[in-house]
Amino acid sequence: MVIDALLLQLGYNATLVAVGAMLLGVAAGMTGSFLYLRKRALVSDAISHATLPGVGLAFIVMVALGADGRNLPGLLLGSALSAWAGLLCLGWLVRRTRLAEDAAIGAVLSVFFGFGIVLLTVIQTMSSGRQAGLENFLLGSTAGMLRMDALVIAGGGALILLAIFILRRPMLEVAFDPEYAAARGLNVDRVDLAMMGLVMAVTVVGLKIVGLILIVALLIIPSVAARFWTDRADHVVLIGGILGGLAGYTGAAISAAVPNVPTGPIIVLIAFGLFALSLLFAPGRGVMAALVRHLRFQHRVHLRQGLLALAQAQQIYEPRTLRLLRRAGLARPDGVATEAGRARAARALRDEKRWEIVRTDPAHEAAAAFYDGLTDIDAVLTRDQIAEIDRRIGSPQGVSA
Amino acid sequence: MLELASTDGHVASDTARAQSPLAVRGMTVSYGEKPAVFSVDMTVKAGSMTAIIGPNGAGKSTLLKACLGIVKPLSGQVEVMGRPLAEMRAKIAYVPQRASVDWDFPTRVIDVVLMGLYREVGLLGRLRGAHIDRARACLDRVGMVAFADRQIGQLSGGQQQRVFLARALAQEADLYLLDEPFAGVDAATEKAIIAVLKSLKAEGKTVVAVHHDLATVGDYFDHVFMINVRRIAEGPVATAFTAETLQEAYGGRLAAAQVDQISAALA
Repeated sequence: MVIDALLLQLGYNATLVAVGAMLLGVAAGMTGSFLYLRKRALVSDAISHATLPGVGLAFIVMVALGADGRNLPGLLLGSALSAWAGLLCLGWLVRRTRLAEDAAIGAVLSVFFGFGIVLLTVIQTMSSGRQAGLENFLLGSTAGMLRMDALVIAGGGALILLAIFILRRPMLEVAFDPEYAAARGLNVDRVDLAMMGLVMAVTVVGLKIVGLILIVALLIIPSVAARFWTDRADHVVLIGGILGGLAGYTGAAISAAVPNVPTGPIIVLIAFGLFALSLLFAPGRGVMAALVRHLRFQHRVHLRQGLLALAQAQQIYEPRTLRLLRRAGLARPDGVATEAGRARAARALRDEKRWEIVRTDPAHEAAAAFYDGLTDIDAVLTRDQIAEIDRRIGSPQGVSA
Repeated sequence: MLELASTDGHVASDTARAQSPLAVRGMTVSYGEKPAVFSVDMTVKAGSMTAIIGPNGAGKSTLLKACLGIVKPLSGQVEVMGRPLAEMRAKIAYVPQRASVDWDFPTRVIDVVLMGLYREVGLLGRLRGAHIDRARACLDRVGMVAFADRQIGQLSGGQQQRVFLARALAQEADLYLLDEPFAGVDAATEKAIIAVLKSLKAEGKTVVAVHHDLATVGDYFDHVFMINVRRIAEGPVATAFTAETLQEAYGGRLAAAQVDQISAALA
């Protein structure tokens, strides 16, 4: 059943929902990446909670006008307006009062959300308007989703992606160095506002599928997971989009196949699974890679220190160093160097002398930056450069290169 | 208004302003209700290397940022080559303080320099091979081309500063504004930066730098703008950078011995 869903075998509507959720995930992952790079991830929490009063008010207004209270575009418009109001409140609090952004976020988030809950309670007691299902906007649900709804969501996601494509450079510039961006004539406030507008759009489009409480997870988790895989901002955005899309698609498919499973939490759990995989297994920044790297590094440090000690005929006290030297066949159990050990030790000492010259000579400044006590000098300098340095040291004492 | 703080009585003529690459008139910038810069006039001489000097908290960086529109002045005008700042942005390159950004940001050295070309490339334009070649040439000029593909977090302070300078060079501007380019950098970097700045001057460009090391003012710069909230002195090093102006700007913060030493070095 789940396999069928993943392979889009559950019929036209389920397929449409899965594709819509994927587009939403890509848009959320990318938008969230910019937010994360700008170090304002938490603002999305305020924006998403601020949508709730708008949902309630839109419902009430539509019912009062005699229309269907659950008309999706109407509800989304209402939520967008109240999210925008929340954003303006937040901006005003930060600019005009001495409140820091985190405190202002807490204030806006809780007041708007509380007001929204009150409205939903009032709506429950209303006699007209088929209010059932409105609470699905809290946690998201694809059950009973109309074809039109799915199209609105997919179209919204596509529009957001287009806006991201146009704004990507200004947003990156402002995220890295807002002062320089301002000096180039970029209106930093306006770029920030545009970015918040994108976050708001993602939240509104995602209300139906993921729900307003968990949309923040779909914004943030893909980008922080992406950060483990790359050291380039543009790649963080791309990978964030891919991971978000993967989570959206898989989550929507699973919730279509398994009855009574809320869509939002499933999508978020899958996003978290992707994050956990990234955290553990990403090369470079992942936990495992860091562990392996640390052990290897320790190994190299001990070996190098041991060799230098052997070269200078010093006693080796560190048991680990001795063990490594012995295992490499460079020292005997009593700490005396073997034939191979003596040769390697002499070479290590000679390299150390070469590095000394490199580090004191401004002409070799670029190369000297690579010195860490471990890097082989032949990896940094050409043979001719090394020969020139050797001439300055005098003959390498009794060692043939 | 009374020109209480001005000792040189130097008031630039309108033509001098019109020809100046950076002219500021009556600028006041305030954080809260305490002016950091008060009613300052400044006329930078074309083709000069000008040091903005003054004690800590004298408004040096604030003045620079206000010239670039990064902070909004309470009052005053900025003119670049006789035109409003907004029209002339492409002619100005800015090198901010190194500490103003997060060096853990996921980006490579070459990407930072390419940001200097974003305005030129536009929102939707493609970064082409020619742009990358230009960025590499700028890195080469500051001796950092070997680091082009490195993560910026792996750089030393001096190297970071040189990358910022390379980004400014990529703009191919006429006026270079630098905020404490020598703060906390190694000797090799200081030498490399001053060599680049002098070559810019030789190309006829104008360089203005906030500078904190009084001992090197005479070696590095030909003009001085001395500020302590108000303008204290402005002009060639020989006339504006004297024991009297230093005393006025720094007051008791500069030991008499230091002042003597500096004026002896200049004499």
